[in-house]
Amino acid sequence: MFKKKKGLLFILLLFLMSFSGTVFAQTNAPVPKIDSGDTAFVLISAGMVLLMTPGLAFFYGGMVRRKNILGMLMQCFIIMCVLSLQWVLYGYSLSFSSGNGFWGDLSWFALKGVGLDPYPTYAATIPHQAFMIFQAMFAIITPALIIGAFAERMKFSAFLIFIILWATFVYDPVAHWMWSDGGWLKKMGALDFAGGTVVHINAGVAALVTALVIGRRKGYDNKPTPPHNLPFTVLGAGLLWFGWFGFNAGSALAANGLAVNAFVTTNTAAAAAGLSWAILEWLHNGKPTIFGTVTGAVAGLVAITPAAGFVNAGSAIIIGLLVSVFCFLMVGIVKPKLGYDDSLDAFGVHGIGGIWGALATGLFASKLVNKDGANGLFYGNPHQFIVQLIAVAITIGYSLVVSYILYKLVDAVFGVRVSEKDEVIGLDLTQHREGAYTLVE
Amino acid sequence: MKLIIAIIQPHKLEELKKELYETQVNLLTVSEVLGHGRQMGVTEVYRGVKETGNLLRKLRVEIAVNDNFVEQTLKAIIKGARSGQTGEIGDGKIFVLPLEECVRIRTGEKGGTAIG
Repeated sequence: MFKKKKGLLFILLLFLMSFSGTVFAQTNAPVPKIDSGDTAFVLISAGMVLLMTPGLAFFYGGMVRRKNILGMLMQCFIIMCVLSLQWVLYGYSLSFSSGNGFWGDLSWFALKGVGLDPYPTYAATIPHQAFMIFQAMFAIITPALIIGAFAERMKFSAFLIFIILWATFVYDPVAHWMWSDGGWLKKMGALDFAGGTVVHINAGVAALVTALVIGRRKGYDNKPTPPHNLPFTVLGAGLLWFGWFGFNAGSALAANGLAVNAFVTTNTAAAAAGLSWAILEWLHNGKPTIFGTVTGAVAGLVAITPAAGFVNAGSAIIIGLLVSVFCFLMVGIVKPKLGYDDSLDAFGVHGIGGIWGALATGLFASKLVNKDGANGLFYGNPHQFIVQLIAVAITIGYSLVVSYILYKLVDAVFGVRVSEKDEVIGLDLTQHREGAYTLVE
Repeated sequence: MKLIIAIIQPHKLEELKKELYETQVNLLTVSEVLGHGRQMGVTEVYRGVKETGNLLRKLRVEIAVNDNFVEQTLKAIIKGARSGQTGEIGDGKIFVLPLEECVRIRTGEKGGTAIG
């Protein structure tokens, strides 16, 4: 026992030493100048993106039954803990070091060589670690999005294992293909400004897969369970909207005109989509709802994500207005017909919204907005639309297959779903031994 | 007239309602209560401190019926609130109390005619 502890201590020490080396690693060679404005902007953006995960927790948490609210908050919060560590240990290295075509190598293990000087391949004016920590927040929120699909019925232990495996074998490779230096989707010319494919399609498809294989919630007779606290959902949507400015504008990686363009398109698309959903409900159900309006706004944010730095505000309005139509059809009409239980519509909003956004980028992208981007179909370049279509198809296919395999693997070893009895009592009490609300003190 | 009070599992309410409607009992009042019987509740932990014997959420269903409706109402409650075929600890209890008077507020009617 004592020996084991000593060994563990030794490993811990090794870790710490490998971290302390990073600061002094790059001393020779002329380094590009760090821009304080850019650095400040990217750090603030990173903080804003982190806030999106608790925002998402409340967005989702309001929708579940009250016996499962803590389970939802816990799953989101523990992802912030676990994947922050995964990212600095090896996730960043797997995603962004050069490696091979599939993913990176472990040359940046524990941030070895990822220092405070800029790494111009990714961002010339901010410290390499600023880029790394900004990307960390994306790696955190992406797996959190999937939770909506299997809400209220997943065992916490199995959830942890699944999320770590998914981050490692799905998120890290796809991020590598799209964003790393030499990533093959990037080389092919696919445009994804802030994560339409890597984040939203990727997570959305994983959501569909997990919803299908875990099965419906007990007592789910093809109708939604009443949300236990819609004000939480609205609060969460507000935090998401706010954080999304960091997500999209921050993806310019500099405090410049491109960031402003992304900020403006992000806000515009969210506004158009929220309004569009409200109007659809008004026409279809006779009354607009706050639940629908915030869902629409989030769908708009999803859709503009890949396009934010490549399209203008006019296009953002069209992208936003239409995304609500597609998601509304999926969530309100197709899903009830098919009868699968994507409990909180992670696929219906993020999957569908992400696919539309990625394709819309191939329609509306313009070199007048971003000279490093490309022209889309409506600007005389049909080729870009085809490229976007391929990137979407590849992401869907990969996430579909690997998410399925990982789920089955975890299910075989640990069993993914809670027992029927635990599901009835709720995740708060059975998985965490605590309750959110008291009836009597 | 009798007042029937059933303490049931919260998730059984939908099935219970369905069974009651089928026996033409349409009037019920539901409130949320806490309690435990022989299953002795759950242990909760707050910042590392254990609290045992915490009460579980239950629903209290109140139904006032005329005497000739009592048996079928009881049957419907049992059918709707029992877990599976054999039932489980925690499925709840039914209490039947004599009911002295019943007044419909809207019309002032009293007794058996006011109840349904």
